[in-house]
Amino acid sequence: MNRYQEIFKRLSLLKEGCFIPFVVLGDPSLKISIKIIEALIQNGADALEVGIPFSDPLADGPIIQKANLRALSQKNTFLDYFQILEKIRKKYKRLPIGLLIYANLIYNQGIDNFYLQCFNSGLDSVLIADVPIEESKVFYKTANKYKINSIFICPPDADDDFLNKISLYAQGFIYVLSRSGVTGIKNKTLSLPKKFIKKIKKYNSLPLLQGFGISSSKQVKQAILSGLSGVICGSAIINIIEKYLHEEEKMIEKIKEFTSALKLSTKL
Amino acid sequence: MTLLNPYFGEFGGMYVPQILMPALFELEKNFIAAQKDPNFKKQFDNLLKNYAGRPTPLTFCSNLTRGTKTRIYLKREDLLHGGAHKTNQVLGQAMLAIRMKKREIIAETGAGQHGVAAAIACALLNLKCRIYMGIKDIKRQNANVFRMKLMGAEVISVKNGSGTLKDACNEALRDWSSSYKTSHYMIGTAAGPHPYPTIVREFQKMIGIEAKKQILEQEKRLPDAIIACIGGGSNAIGIFSDFIHDKVNLIGVEPGGYGIHTEKHGAPLTQGRTGIYFGMKSHLMQNKEGQIQESWSISAGLDFPSVGPEHAWLNDIHRAQYVSITDTEAINAFQILCKKEGIIPALESSHALAYALKLMNMYPTKKQTLIVNLSGRGDKDISIINDVLKKKEKDYESISRNI
Repeated sequence: MNRYQEIFKRLSLLKEGCFIPFVVLGDPSLKISIKIIEALIQNGADALEVGIPFSDPLADGPIIQKANLRALSQKNTFLDYFQILEKIRKKYKRLPIGLLIYANLIYNQGIDNFYLQCFNSGLDSVLIADVPIEESKVFYKTANKYKINSIFICPPDADDDFLNKISLYAQGFIYVLSRSGVTGIKNKTLSLPKKFIKKIKKYNSLPLLQGFGISSSKQVKQAILSGLSGVICGSAIINIIEKYLHEEEKMIEKIKEFTSALKLSTKL
Repeated sequence: MTLLNPYFGEFGGMYVPQILMPALFELEKNFIAAQKDPNFKKQFDNLLKNYAGRPTPLTFCSNLTRGTKTRIYLKREDLLHGGAHKTNQVLGQAMLAIRMKKREIIAETGAGQHGVAAAIACALLNLKCRIYMGIKDIKRQNANVFRMKLMGAEVISVKNGSGTLKDACNEALRDWSSSYKTSHYMIGTAAGPHPYPTIVREFQKMIGIEAKKQILEQEKRLPDAIIACIGGGSNAIGIFSDFIHDKVNLIGVEPGGYGIHTEKHGAPLTQGRTGIYFGMKSHLMQNKEGQIQESWSISAGLDFPSVGPEHAWLNDIHRAQYVSITDTEAINAFQILCKKEGIIPALESSHALAYALKLMNMYPTKKQTLIVNLSGRGDKDISIINDVLKKKEKDYESISRNI
């Protein structure tokens, strides 16, 4: 059983939803980034999704884009990122850790070399923001070689054809989008219709996680009640980082509060 | 599954967030259907002829080439309505949008030429238009911003990143990923995810078809070389495409900026390496870590860190040759064409012309016929040229004083 299977099994026994926070590695600096990650894990994160910063993150909205640019301004290398991931893995042996990354960074490392590094650092999954299922073949094959789960995104208007296709490829969990567009907090984040969730489940037995626009306990509760296994929350956390950029202690404190509150709302 | 091959050799593809795939499939399907629809072709041809002003002439530069055995012809896309080749394909894409029942157009622009063309097509065909433009480009091309606004387009200033075309492209894609149900993203060049590189080429290929017919009429033979500037590469692929199977040298000219050995250029084909960006696999300007680098060119229209995938492929198989021309060389060519032939070329096209002049001066006794694609007119660039020339004068004065 891999780490994702373990955590979803455990949470389902506890009748809890899965809470996965997302942050960009190195935002605002590697040192603070580690502290943020520790705060997330110790305050209820069931798994972790981390972004490797990219100069042109076109699937992301302004909040995450700025986080990417802040991290890049620190001029860290790929090696630095993987060293941190290794450390986290050593400390938290059972925590599923997934990467969110853009295709050029993988291509630039060499696809095989990249997934080998993921394997060596003990990562569980990789989601490539600008590689749709239709272009995923070469990445997918190599990921499988190194036992890294490939995470795919399911749009909120997916048709039967797509649901069939994703059921053949998806591993770990399925990242179901709340809405179209890019990441970010919008006033109106719709909860997914139960009918649609039922339809995805008809094709798929993997856990479904809702992402994009999750920023409140109410949304988390709604997601779990509508039959999803959990949520991924990024921009709302990164918003806290940005707001308290120069007040580190307050930033960590606020992140702890926010994480605990959202985790609590996964317990119905 | 795509209906057409999304790849040119290893280049191209559809590297976009999953959410955009249905929009790209819909576009491909409608493009194929439109190509087979005689009414679509008839309406497109009619707009090109009676609205845009096709065919454009092929002008022989007799003053420029006097005393040499080189014959330089200019394919006069500068005379097209809107002042650049861009008008051709925006009319095609606007018609496609209508076919898909989408009444909103998203566009991005660097120099403003594609923005102007998009605004023209939208005004004509009654479509709502919003155009993303980098804040730096808004400053350096404000006459074009005014033109877009006059024709009813909304111009959205992009402050992210370098504030140039690259960032405007990202922003337009972001907009499209939330609005694709009602809007069409009118990409301005032969780049981006499939099917854009193919669509743009097909809507620009009349440049080459006309040029071939015209050169055969005037010279009774094919040219030795076709020379075109390359940013994303739409004017170049437009004029190249009908000569690909002929014995004609195809030469693409990238912006060398301050020089390709400096960090300030926009030459991904000669100086970059393969990567994935803006929906496609192509040549890219990137750093060691794979982060996209900012490009530089005095010509905003060439200031892009990547290039259309078909060019990457033509380069790979050695069917086309890609070279670079610096800002200074382009400005010289600009001035020469103004003085010798009474034509003010776009700074973009001045790069292509500069390379033709290089070939002419290098081999003055060689019999050679060259066609330069004069992709646009240079009215939009005169304030930039004015600044450069004023600076030159000042520098000259200070040097003279110091002697």
